[in-house]
Amino acid sequence: MSATAITDYSTQAAQAPPHPLIEFWQYFNENKGAVVGFYFILFISLVAIFADVIAPHSPFEQYRDAILTPPAWQDGGTWTYPLGTDDVGRDMLSRLIHGARLSLFVGVLVVTLSLAAGILLGITSGYIGGYFETMVMRLMDIMLALPSLLLAMAIVTILGPSLQNAILAIAIVVLPHYVRLTRASALTEKTKDYVTASRVCGAGPFRLMFLVILPNCMAPLIVQATLGFSTAILDAAALGFLGMGAQPPIPEWGAMLANALQFVQRAWWVVTFPGLAILFTVLAFNLAGDGLRDALDPKLKR
Amino acid sequence: MVVPAFIGVTLLTFSLIHLIPGDPVMLMAGERGIDPQRHARLKAQLGLDQPLTVQYAKYVKGIFHGDLGKSIVTKKPVFAEFMTLFPATVELSLFAMFFAVVLGLPAGVIAGVKRGSVFDHTVMGVSLTGYSMPIFWWGLLLILFFSVNLGWTPVSGRISALYWIDADTGFMLIDALRSDEKGAFISALSHLILPSIVLGTIPLAVIARMTRSSMLEVLQEDYVRTARAKGLAPWRVTLIHALRNALIPVITIIGLQTGVLLAGAILTETIFAWPGVGKWIVESIRRRDYPSVQGGILLIASLIILVNMLVDIMYGIINPRIRHNR
Amino acid sequence: MRYRKGFTAVFVALALLFAASSAYATTCVYCSEGSPEGFTPALYTSGTTFDASSRAIFDRLVLFERGTTTIIPGLAEKWEVSDDGRTYTFSLRKGVKFHTKKNFTPSRDFNAEDVLWSFYRQLDPNHPYHKISGGSYEYFTGMSMDKLIERIEKKDDYTVVFHLTRPEAPFIANMGMDFASIHSAEYADKMMQAGTPDLNDQDPVGTGPFVLVQYQKDSTIRYIAHPEYWGGKAAIDKLVFSITPDASVRYAKLKAGECHVMPYPNPADLAQMATDKDIQLLEKEGLNVGYLGFNTEKKPFDNVDVRRALSLAINKQAIIDAVFQGAGKIAKNPIPPTIWSYNDAVKDYDYDPAAAKKMLVDAGFPNGFETDIWAMPVQRPYNPNARRMAEIIQADWAKVGVKAQIVTYEWGEYLKRSKEGEHQTVLLGWTGDNGDPDNFLSVLLGCDAVGSANRARWCYQPFEDLIQKAKVTADVAERTRLYEEAQMVFKDQAPWVTIAHSVVFVPVRKEVKDFKIDPFGGFVFYGVDIQ
Repeated sequence: MSATAITDYSTQAAQAPPHPLIEFWQYFNENKGAVVGFYFILFISLVAIFADVIAPHSPFEQYRDAILTPPAWQDGGTWTYPLGTDDVGRDMLSRLIHGARLSLFVGVLVVTLSLAAGILLGITSGYIGGYFETMVMRLMDIMLALPSLLLAMAIVTILGPSLQNAILAIAIVVLPHYVRLTRASALTEKTKDYVTASRVCGAGPFRLMFLVILPNCMAPLIVQATLGFSTAILDAAALGFLGMGAQPPIPEWGAMLANALQFVQRAWWVVTFPGLAILFTVLAFNLAGDGLRDALDPKLKR
Repeated sequence: MVVPAFIGVTLLTFSLIHLIPGDPVMLMAGERGIDPQRHARLKAQLGLDQPLTVQYAKYVKGIFHGDLGKSIVTKKPVFAEFMTLFPATVELSLFAMFFAVVLGLPAGVIAGVKRGSVFDHTVMGVSLTGYSMPIFWWGLLLILFFSVNLGWTPVSGRISALYWIDADTGFMLIDALRSDEKGAFISALSHLILPSIVLGTIPLAVIARMTRSSMLEVLQEDYVRTARAKGLAPWRVTLIHALRNALIPVITIIGLQTGVLLAGAILTETIFAWPGVGKWIVESIRRRDYPSVQGGILLIASLIILVNMLVDIMYGIINPRIRHNR
Repeated sequence: MRYRKGFTAVFVALALLFAASSAYATTCVYCSEGSPEGFTPALYTSGTTFDASSRAIFDRLVLFERGTTTIIPGLAEKWEVSDDGRTYTFSLRKGVKFHTKKNFTPSRDFNAEDVLWSFYRQLDPNHPYHKISGGSYEYFTGMSMDKLIERIEKKDDYTVVFHLTRPEAPFIANMGMDFASIHSAEYADKMMQAGTPDLNDQDPVGTGPFVLVQYQKDSTIRYIAHPEYWGGKAAIDKLVFSITPDASVRYAKLKAGECHVMPYPNPADLAQMATDKDIQLLEKEGLNVGYLGFNTEKKPFDNVDVRRALSLAINKQAIIDAVFQGAGKIAKNPIPPTIWSYNDAVKDYDYDPAAAKKMLVDAGFPNGFETDIWAMPVQRPYNPNARRMAEIIQADWAKVGVKAQIVTYEWGEYLKRSKEGEHQTVLLGWTGDNGDPDNFLSVLLGCDAVGSANRARWCYQPFEDLIQKAKVTADVAERTRLYEEAQMVFKDQAPWVTIAHSVVFVPVRKEVKDFKIDPFGGFVFYGVDIQ
């Protein structure tokens, strides 16, 4: 599932009208950080897809005689558990590998949900305007006035703590960004000649909105979506940390961190590795997002 | 603009809170259980037996009288509770912002001026890393390293328990200065360091990046070129002509970081046992203390709306001058 | 400790002297786990609140000897019970001083007025203070004191008589509970006259060993020793509660010397604490029980053989190892061994899946059946991880052919639905209030409690007769015998699977002398010294 997301955005990027894929890749390639980020995402995606094959152990199997084993290179460590084990003897490396799957899953789902809903609300309110637009935009303003984490916490409290509900909550709180972005682009595009031309040719509102206007609003949305991955992963981890995200024994990185908290002074590895995994993945998406923005933003091109 | 947003926020918080499942009266009774009459009586006492519309009307009416209800747990007015904790959050946020601005602005300016240099790449790399940081983890690492391993900074709290400071203003630094107790101020300051760094990390990254790109844009403007062509010293061009204009969007960004800071405060305060409003709201959610959660979210949202409005106004005041300059 | 500027030289010298002496004052810092809800114990129910209020600021007519559940004289020097068990006469201690505060200097010693005030506030709906600060007295009504106390009579300044509606042997233990803390009636009246009755609850005056000086919400609570405490001034001069909710942070602070005593350590840190030479790790069995209750009104759990079979099928040792990680002991009785009348002769259902299987076949369930296990969503001392416990029980029962589904709800919802008996089997527990066996046996298993705390909905006449008789018997030896027999009946009928009593660990720094773990789970600092 995560792999589709990756190909998704690159093919979508390829469809972004003004640039053929090659030209885009040239621009993107100039940004070394972005390329590194891109390859890291590719790597994490492969890890996620082949988690079952790569992981040396099951992420749930508890090795009762190997509780809190340190990483292999430390005294007392063994290469059976390269990154050590957690408090009930589960292999850290295997949990991290399976956690990659969950984190990407969170990212894909949040971005898909919020992008879909955001586009729908944004483009309709931009196109239809009037009372509907005012209502939608007011609601978005109100949501933006609440710190996103607070709103997400409130939603999770209502729905009950679980990974699915955390995903839903995050998708809701990031919604305003997509709605505003889509609406703004739709408003500019709406008045352009090609839209008028299509309308004159008899295109219906549905066709106008989704087939004529939308493709021309995609560039900023793609950038936002890439960056949205990192926000989603971070927020899910924060909710997990507050005990409102994935519930044990699910190997989600944030939840792993939260459950490992009590060992912070005794076993540095149970706390350090999930944190690093979050940091690197989020960083990769941010790097790639930056590269995408530069490549897609005509203003910064020489 | 502000008033409908405010009403919207009251409606949103009210409905969110009342969608939360669970009966606060049952929570109060715990394992012991409670007989039905007492249950009904307590519910009535808390006003939870009335229809939602009536509860909402009462709630809004209360707001206009400055009354946000009483906490179910402590039975004290929510507004008073918020106000006793708020200075701690403000103190922490101001320090975090100070840290972010003091480091972020110069870093961004230099990176912008020396575009493509090693320094530029370092600043961009570090700030993007900071921006990607799960701050709850970051806080823990810092505590582990500086407080537990090295013992340089205190682990948590606002001041060492050995100092008995009266909370006159609620701002620990000010109270400590006024208290005549030797070392109290230093103690309070040392307690601020780690939480400020943790809370300031993301704003720092944002400010550095924003300053840099703003500088880049301004440096390409005609008036900067003109200034250069006139033969003004390069530092003069950068610091006076370019920076002044580059700062305008940066100021906006700083204002808009208020929301980010308050969200970050929830996590930072939880890690450092900082007695502020963020931690209070998290705990109130856990304890199903409806009035506190509702009032807390409302006050924070109002604050953000207010700050955003001020930023808008400020931007409006500075804006014509840029146009004039151009 | 703030001095006004412009003092004379003499005053400066005095002030310096005072500052110097205060530098040598012993301060005990306790890293507490949460904020108190308030400072009037009667209004609240949480142990965190009691630590900060009743256990520091107040005394009661009777007290529990520190570290035990033994009742000793407190503000009452002695008491007498009438033959019918309905009249309790307390002779009050003379010369007991109340705290002096910034806004209050007591004009008289403690006397009967204060006792009357403290109880009538909770008992009498027309008392001027009854409705102040929310006006709900959870413990008082929860213990049925409103139905039990008929009236309280002041015989003279130092004699108070409680008239009860029925004989109730645990009454004297109830008088030692936190809600029975004695306030200063004089201070309350003064605050009422000043129009600030709330202040009486937020910053109250008691006779206890420590005087509340300041509370900074969610941050610190500060006390100084009561110089004229009737039991002698506390060994420590100052007591500070530094509120630190996170257990890892508490431990870090303890190691760094930022606090002397911490509650609720992470089980994971215990091994390291035990080896730390700066820390003494104290331990004691907790006054609690964690159990799995069968809904005895529902099929097939109305069949005692099914209950016995499923009791046999649970491997309790595995639960102690996995869920309590050593911080627990197997429970065989519904009351913990620290309570008098604990019957050690009771034989538990030891783990025996083969016998369990056979018993199920004999009871008419050769293929087992399907049921549910309710698991609490919260951590409690008697059950640190109900979900994990439920998983282990689920696996154990599967071995004898019983397929159980794990069910959980939000805590308030869980309590409500289990109270209404929606469950088949439910995980829950209880922490004792006053160290009286009645506080477990009749509260949790009595017929009156069906529909409230009796989650097994178990009303069994032979058992009920025993505990009702014990309740009205004043003679402790006789009560002990009755309760011991009741425990036998309980085990035979198996309405619960008694799972565990937790073990409480308290790490304190090595400088701390004579800290004793309170069996009620409280933290008591009178008698503690720092060297």
